[in-house]
Amino acid sequence: MSKALIDLIKKNFASAVLETHALYGDETAVVEASAWKEVARFLRDNATASMDMLTDLTVVDFPEREPRFEIVAHFHSLTKGHRLRVKTRTGDSEGDDAEVDSLTDLWASANWLEREAFDMFGVVFRGHPDLRRILMYPEFEGHPLRKDYPADKIQPLIAYRDVPNIEKVAPFSVDEGMSFGRQTHSRSRHDTDDSQVN
Amino acid sequence: MEPLDQELDEAELEMPTEPMLLNVGPAHPAMHGTVRCVMELSGEIIEHVDVQVGYLHRGFEKMCERGTWSQVFPYVDRCNYVSPMLNNVGFALACEKMLGVTVPERCQWYRMILGELARMSDHLTCDGAMAMELGAFTPFLWMIKAREMIWDLMEEETGARLTHSFGRVGGMASPPTEHLKENARAVVKHILSVIDECEKLLLGNRIFLDRLEGVGVISQADAISLGWTGPCLRATGIPYDVRKSSPYLKYGEVDFDVPVGSASDCFDRFMVRLAEMRQSARIVEQCCERMADSGPVNVSDPRIILPPKEEVYSTIEGTIQHFKIVMEGLKLPAGEVYSYSEGGNGELGFYLVSDGSGTPYRVRIRPPCFLITAGLERVITGAMMADVVPSFGSLNMIGGECDR
Amino acid sequence: MGELKQSSTQIIEPGGSGGAQFATTRLEAVLAWAQKYSLFMYPFVTACCGMEFMAVSSPRYDFSRFGSEAPRFSPRQSDLLWVVGTITQRQAPILKRIYEQMAEPKWVLAFGTCASCGGFYDNYACVAGVDKVIPCDVYVPGCPPRPEAVLDGLMLLQDKIQSGNRTPSIVKPRQDPAVEQNLGLVQLRKSRTSVA
Repeated sequence: MSKALIDLIKKNFASAVLETHALYGDETAVVEASAWKEVARFLRDNATASMDMLTDLTVVDFPEREPRFEIVAHFHSLTKGHRLRVKTRTGDSEGDDAEVDSLTDLWASANWLEREAFDMFGVVFRGHPDLRRILMYPEFEGHPLRKDYPADKIQPLIAYRDVPNIEKVAPFSVDEGMSFGRQTHSRSRHDTDDSQVN
Repeated sequence: MEPLDQELDEAELEMPTEPMLLNVGPAHPAMHGTVRCVMELSGEIIEHVDVQVGYLHRGFEKMCERGTWSQVFPYVDRCNYVSPMLNNVGFALACEKMLGVTVPERCQWYRMILGELARMSDHLTCDGAMAMELGAFTPFLWMIKAREMIWDLMEEETGARLTHSFGRVGGMASPPTEHLKENARAVVKHILSVIDECEKLLLGNRIFLDRLEGVGVISQADAISLGWTGPCLRATGIPYDVRKSSPYLKYGEVDFDVPVGSASDCFDRFMVRLAEMRQSARIVEQCCERMADSGPVNVSDPRIILPPKEEVYSTIEGTIQHFKIVMEGLKLPAGEVYSYSEGGNGELGFYLVSDGSGTPYRVRIRPPCFLITAGLERVITGAMMADVVPSFGSLNMIGGECDR
Repeated sequence: MGELKQSSTQIIEPGGSGGAQFATTRLEAVLAWAQKYSLFMYPFVTACCGMEFMAVSSPRYDFSRFGSEAPRFSPRQSDLLWVVGTITQRQAPILKRIYEQMAEPKWVLAFGTCASCGGFYDNYACVAGVDKVIPCDVYVPGCPPRPEAVLDGLMLLQDKIQSGNRTPSIVKPRQDPAVEQNLGLVQLRKSRTSVA
């Protein structure tokens, strides 16, 4: 990651750059959401930057901040060898109005990466040719990676079997199991003889 | 049925011309893992395909936010489950980048040996499965036999055959066994002989070559734009390998080549993986020569490494250190980092966001084969139905990594 | 083969309720014997356990020794459904459909912890065990299970088929008999890998 890139962006988009840092050696620039696509296009087309690969595009959710979502893109230049992280912020505290321009016509990798960001966080990418869920099924409601989505809230697609004791169907007791073989766990818990253990 | 001797104008005939919709569903023998391709076929030619992934989305990134940093290791293991050591090492490197620690030399060589063996296991599985799907069952069985030898060694070293969770932030879970070097050398030697035999079987076979050459072609520009990395990108002619361009561990000090293809078809992807196994063998040999036989494997940093048990039970510092690491989790400083390494399929990146507590705030795994699968559409559109099998096999989509 | 001859001579006896019952039981036993040693499996492979499945099917741990040689990639032609790997909520309807497409008699073997009980994926995306959507006969725990455990599971299933028992049961861990008898197999394995 080279500092020259940060200077280049600052020079060309002075009003749009909100902050920059180089934590742990990764050059990062935060830009305004309205300038997102121009900055990206500049990074791709400029001869010094020539970022020909959009390595990753993801979102981080900061629910106590406003704007709530931070969209993070990592760029990489195969020819020059340098990398850059560019971030932008969007979305209100409820998670609505999270919109930013799509980078699909600049890099083809943005297609699926943005679909995943939309699926997981609900960030809408304007101009995306096919913005639908990719990892979750279409009937799923909500956006799972948001901090306010509980991790164990399931939305089953088909009804579970109507069997008594479905939460604990399989037999777990000592005498249920194989009819052959020495059962190493067949002893009771209070048996202190641990010669079975290898 | 119209009589055959009538002179009928084509325009007069009413023929149904809509393309056929074929669902190559999530449960399909030729699909590695679960991917659904909804294809519009016109005869045998695929006009349009909609690749649907996500059938193995297990919510890794959400689960990582519920534990500690070292509890992430089992999750990343199950990402690219054919080469789990590479994922472990990649994540450990990301955490160490954030902490600013470098593991001791011996650990770096050890990580490289296990990592390259995992890479060989990945390529053996991919190439073997590709051959099997084209009808060549024997090379698959030979390669699986060779893979068993790697897994035996992994079992000796880590305790598990497949999902070891052996990496730790600041080192490894336990030091190398005393027979590591002789075992590694024997395993590598055997694998090279297996690869030779498989090459003899496959590369002279007309059917095999015809089914792979010229099939599944993608242009270099498309591959770069799609974000492809790893063997698939190298098959298009671009010599990008993270181990060479930004060396980590001791990759800068060992001697190996990066095989590059030219035609960017399935055959090139197959051969690139085969050649990479040979290069991995070279790396393992050199690491075995240069790794010290004794010395520390874990960095001696009390913030991140558990102390030895004797100290925990005899000194108060050891007890406190153990308590803090186990109960609170190791604490990475607040901030964000992106660290990348060469996984089995390409650039495996980890974007970590930490808030300074022991719980990860965001763990983003940049999966190489997610973007490669995104390119599947481009690769098989316009090809015939039967070409989907080798094309998809050569892309090596691992469901665990693609969907996480 | 001897068994078969015996039963055929029994069936010829006409009338006699006792004789007919004895013949039916022998017939069921013969059918069960035939079924258990010729299981056609449908490998519903999703995740990491698929790698161990490949290992179990490869020559070292070969499960075709037990008769379950042929993977049939159509549920209509198979009688044993191997659910290998994690079942996500998205995949559950497909699993159910595959199960319903199989003809009776059919059995289900849950390979791995994720298929048995969901594993450590206690989240929005995964089904906590395949028995939530389809009935299951044998559970093989492990993440991934050792091939020997899978073979135990297969033998357990064969026992259940023979006895006609449909209660689900789990494979319990046990010591490798060869190690117990100290045949030195572990040593053998070591020397094989370290010989040049």
